[in-house]
Amino acid sequence: MSNKAGLLELETEVLIIGGGVTGTGVMRDLALRGISCLLIDRKDLNAGASGGNHGLLHSGGRYATSDCETAAECRIEGEILKSIAADAVDPCGGIFAAVEGDDPDFAEKFPQHCERAGISCTELTNTEARQLEPALSDRVFAAFQVPDASIDPFRLTLANVQHAKQINDSDYLPHTQVISFEITDGEITSAICQDHRSGSILKIRARQFVNATGAWAKMVAELADCHDVNLLYSKGSLIISNTRITQGVVNRLRPPGDGDIVVPGGTVSLLGTTSDSIDNLDKIRPSVAEVDRILKQGTALIPGLETTRFIRAFAGVRPLLMSSGAAQDGRRASRGFTLYDHQQQGLSNFATIAGGKLTTYRLMAEKTGDLVAKRLNNSNPCRTAELTLPTDEGVRWTEPGYSARHWFKHSNASDLILCECEMVPQSAVDKVIKLAPGAEDEMTVQAIGLRSRIGKGTCQGAFCSMRVTSHLYDQHIYNNRDGLRHMRDFVGGRFKGIKPILWGEQMPQFELAETMHCGLMGLDFFEPELPKSDDQVKSENSESSS
Amino acid sequence: MIKKTRQYKSELAVVGAGIAGCAVTVFAQARGIQTTQIGNSGALAYTSGYFDLLGADSSEYLKDPWAGLAQLRESEPDHPYSKLTDQDLRDSLDEFITALKKMGLSYSSPGEKNHLAMLPAGACKPTFCLPETMFKGTLAMTSRAKVLIIDFVGLQGFSAQEIVANLKSQWPQLRAERMIFPEMESGAQIFPEVMARALEVPATREEFARRLKDIVEDAEYIAMPAMLGIHRPDFIHSEMEKLLGLPIFEIPTIPPAVAGIRLRELFEQKLPALGATVISQHKVQRIEFENKSIRLYLQDSYGPVEIEAEKLVLASGRFLSGGLTADQQEVKEPLIDLPVQQPDGRENWFCESYFDSAGHAVNRSGIVVNEKFQPLDFKGRVIDKRLYAAGILLANQDWIRQRCGAGLAIATAYKAVKSLS
Repeated sequence: MSNKAGLLELETEVLIIGGGVTGTGVMRDLALRGISCLLIDRKDLNAGASGGNHGLLHSGGRYATSDCETAAECRIEGEILKSIAADAVDPCGGIFAAVEGDDPDFAEKFPQHCERAGISCTELTNTEARQLEPALSDRVFAAFQVPDASIDPFRLTLANVQHAKQINDSDYLPHTQVISFEITDGEITSAICQDHRSGSILKIRARQFVNATGAWAKMVAELADCHDVNLLYSKGSLIISNTRITQGVVNRLRPPGDGDIVVPGGTVSLLGTTSDSIDNLDKIRPSVAEVDRILKQGTALIPGLETTRFIRAFAGVRPLLMSSGAAQDGRRASRGFTLYDHQQQGLSNFATIAGGKLTTYRLMAEKTGDLVAKRLNNSNPCRTAELTLPTDEGVRWTEPGYSARHWFKHSNASDLILCECEMVPQSAVDKVIKLAPGAEDEMTVQAIGLRSRIGKGTCQGAFCSMRVTSHLYDQHIYNNRDGLRHMRDFVGGRFKGIKPILWGEQMPQFELAETMHCGLMGLDFFEPELPKSDDQVKSENSESSS
Repeated sequence: MIKKTRQYKSELAVVGAGIAGCAVTVFAQARGIQTTQIGNSGALAYTSGYFDLLGADSSEYLKDPWAGLAQLRESEPDHPYSKLTDQDLRDSLDEFITALKKMGLSYSSPGEKNHLAMLPAGACKPTFCLPETMFKGTLAMTSRAKVLIIDFVGLQGFSAQEIVANLKSQWPQLRAERMIFPEMESGAQIFPEVMARALEVPATREEFARRLKDIVEDAEYIAMPAMLGIHRPDFIHSEMEKLLGLPIFEIPTIPPAVAGIRLRELFEQKLPALGATVISQHKVQRIEFENKSIRLYLQDSYGPVEIEAEKLVLASGRFLSGGLTADQQEVKEPLIDLPVQQPDGRENWFCESYFDSAGHAVNRSGIVVNEKFQPLDFKGRVIDKRLYAAGILLANQDWIRQRCGAGLAIATAYKAVKSLS
């Protein structure tokens, strides 16, 4: 599809920018209405907030006190996701608990606020609460049970893309970033994009353009000269424990603060969350100070955190809507979302969906889908709330324990385990390469990690990155130095999350990793020249003597 | 049942059974100092087998370690190497490598330059001395010879194809082949250590050689993962070369690797023959400095053990071996609670970027010593004149990034022993 100038051109009905849960949700929504889309992301799936959150499927309890509307929205959408994505949800339930020193008034009014938002809320005695969650502090003075759950955001995103691809010719291109829009007579005609792997420029023509770039929505809208999107960036950091600390979600019953929630994530727990307003979206990473803050607060609710082993920290940016006159505080800004039709900005085929939450992503996609379908004169209704998401072998590998069960079931001794922490065998990696969405044209350790449990265990990819890389060379997926280069990028990327939790038992783990990656793999001095061959020495000598 | 405390008495106690600890024992016994060595040698299994002297500065790999050392003493006056002369380094390496050879493991002789040696994934690094079983790789590389690299069905983390793919642009005559190891044919995971022990049996070597001959074609060298025996690698290496009529070299593997297991088992077997008392695979739990003697306490499966010594060398390694520990606030030396020089606060332990060429500040934390390798407190005073420290436990060095682990272990052990005798 190259034109004369060698510029690659693609054409689609709708170009969706942003491979997070919202963008992929819009992709699935539109495909189900019979509309063909192309989804692009400047990195890969869930590179922003969709991959940088605690995977909480809100009951709505967290917002019951401050924002009844968002709370009710969470409740309804939470129920829908539990039915359409049952495999991605752990319906573990949740507790809100207040400990000595917390505001008794806030705790007392909590059940009324839940009732107002229609959220089921059962009062527990201290003993009942600690029977449900033995890790809870004995200084709990009020506790309520709510239907919180946890959800795997990677599974959701993969399943959204997979579903769209199964329905029509919708497709997904990773590592493709919009650099400008071509606009004629109030319509965007094409997006000029750069492929970050090859560096090449491509032009994507479409009838409709959707901006679902989360924290980057303002910047992308401005590329189309739309200046109506205003966001507050709130950085949130979390830490992951080596084991599952609680059975269900445990929330601190007080106004939101650092270290006020523990969410189970399969075999681990996620503890968070900080909230710091930031101006700059570069270098979003968790800091030592944030980790210490989370732990200091968290131990009041769960004393055992003091001696828990943590394997990783991570950070995401909440793209919060800045309403006029609102305080510049991420904790108080709206968790609601807005769909911008950019009509006032003079464009008739561009929409931006911004704000919102993981729990409400489907509703955000539905509203976006309604607008785009209407603009395309497509009157098919949204079907995303009634049809279940696919559960085929392309999308299941992020589920904790799935690879291990797969390996055990097939019990093939020659199917070697590449990741021992998470029990991921060669056959699982081969299936990810073959079946997972976005896997078609290149499969790096990074991309495989995103679509499986590789790199997610105790060693954080220190060992399995080497084994997976060797496996990819054996499969001739790599034929040059790119494999080692990608491995270096992968372990370098993992380091950002490891650095702030390095103490205790993680120190020897890290020392071993660095010994291997630098000493044995030579990744810190990547491309030393080989010594001159005898022939080279001879020819140089003859040159100098001549 | 009350178990009786077993008591040992010796002139010198060494804590640590890595290269530094074993080097202390070798040097001390050679000087007639009766030595008891205690420690867990677990981290030895992580070595490639290569002995580095100084392989890199912060910007590049070094061809000439001696020039590098001269520069290092200028730029890093607090580096442990700055307390040693070239002569110390040469003498210690010569003596240690000669001792190893006598014990039954040959290394290439220390020389003037670093050799560029192959690594498990297809990169290379400069090193100073190589095991005899690996040395020919450097010759093959210089001549860009036709080399057949083999790997095995079921052997994880060693891909001949990966090495070839990474080196072929500079070394086109490399070829990869995958083999089935004799009597390990199910396809299930196999381990270099088990293969190495199997090759100590002549019949296995013969069958292995027969299979190799089928694929050797016009190769001038055969390269394989480090697996040519645990106890007599030099002999097995030369036997295999005889069977094939071709030079063979090993390439290190990822841990647990044979080259390290060889060293560990060699030390365990041969250090007692030098006259040392070796209590291996157990960690010292407590050390008391009394007026007349130093007492070390530990527990093994037969009960409590107490060692009384006049002098002590601490060669307990870093975090991986438990020589250093870290909590959320600081780095500690857990056995004696020696003062640990370290960056101020966890925020400053690591660089932003993993592979930052400056190296991570926490890796330069450790025990500060004087020219005799006696630990010092923060005011620069000797803590106890019977106490010495050696190896990577020492502060102001980054053995991983500087590629100086073995040289540091051996030379600081040498200097500590010379100081105490």
